[in-house]
Amino acid sequence: MSTRMVEVRAKALKQNDLLARALRERFREEGTFVVGLVSSPGSGKTAFLEKLLACLARDCRVAALVGDLATENDAERLRRATPNVKQITTGTVCHLDAQMVEKSLESWRLDRIDFLFIENVGNLVCPSNYDLGEELRFVLLSATEGEDKPLKYPTIFNSSDVAIITKMDLAEAAEFDLPAARRNIESVRPGMQIFEVSAKTGSGMQGVFDLLNAQLASARRVAVIG
Amino acid sequence: MHELSIAISMIDQITEESANRGGLDVEAVHLRLGVFSGVDKDALLFSWELACEGSCLEGTRLVIETIPLVIYCAACQKDRVPPSVYQLTCPDCGTPGQRIVTGREIEVASLEVVA
Repeated sequence: MSTRMVEVRAKALKQNDLLARALRERFREEGTFVVGLVSSPGSGKTAFLEKLLACLARDCRVAALVGDLATENDAERLRRATPNVKQITTGTVCHLDAQMVEKSLESWRLDRIDFLFIENVGNLVCPSNYDLGEELRFVLLSATEGEDKPLKYPTIFNSSDVAIITKMDLAEAAEFDLPAARRNIESVRPGMQIFEVSAKTGSGMQGVFDLLNAQLASARRVAVIG
Repeated sequence: MHELSIAISMIDQITEESANRGGLDVEAVHLRLGVFSGVDKDALLFSWELACEGSCLEGTRLVIETIPLVIYCAACQKDRVPPSVYQLTCPDCGTPGQRIVTGREIEVASLEVVA
């Protein structure tokens, strides 16, 4: 039986990429700045986000989507800061995809949201392949996890834009080697911006607020000029 | 493990591609998979068989070509293979490589079809 080759040259996740691109355009048109959060389970995404939402909500309109395999626990925590929170329960799926995000947005008016945060399922492997249409991706690494996480999971660190080292209030007790952690991040994502924070004490959070506000302002300037 | 999700997504895409070309009898699917894609080759091969069961691609082989990680060294002004996936520096001059040239691919390159 003879065969012939048919050239395709298409990304395996083309459908997700196309949908994510459409979402990104929509977010830009509506003036919503979207940030994705990825990390391992238990690294403090929700605590970090609680703090971010509570502080940003004073001057901005904020919203969050939060992904987990099961329970509404995280959404309930985040609702203390803003009512605009939706839980995405994925069942057995280990990551969020663009379709889940699109579906969750159905009843929201994006033009009334300045910042939308998308907290992914706690997982340092799978979310790296799925574009959600976010403008920036934060990868979180907690001081209690050990400084070599970036070397063990280089793909997710490399596919993210900003690294946030969380639980810095526990760094000393956990004998966290901060210079090594910074070196390891630099090794897998040269030039990456790094923040050291504690959601508990609030230390370092100001830098993150400043970055977000600057990004929102710059995105809107581009939108006006464009 | 997201390899199963990727396999399912590939099957949807290939089914559509086949329909667009008037229906292809696919023998094998050739995939280019970067070592920095975050996708495990063996897990994907395993998932592929599972995902194909009962679909029009049942029995189709998945042939994976591994694509190396290559970064661009701004100092040498050349593409370079870094020492490892967790050290993205130029092997010659040590300059950090901020741009990835290859290694992230998860790309259906071609379909081998019955002529």
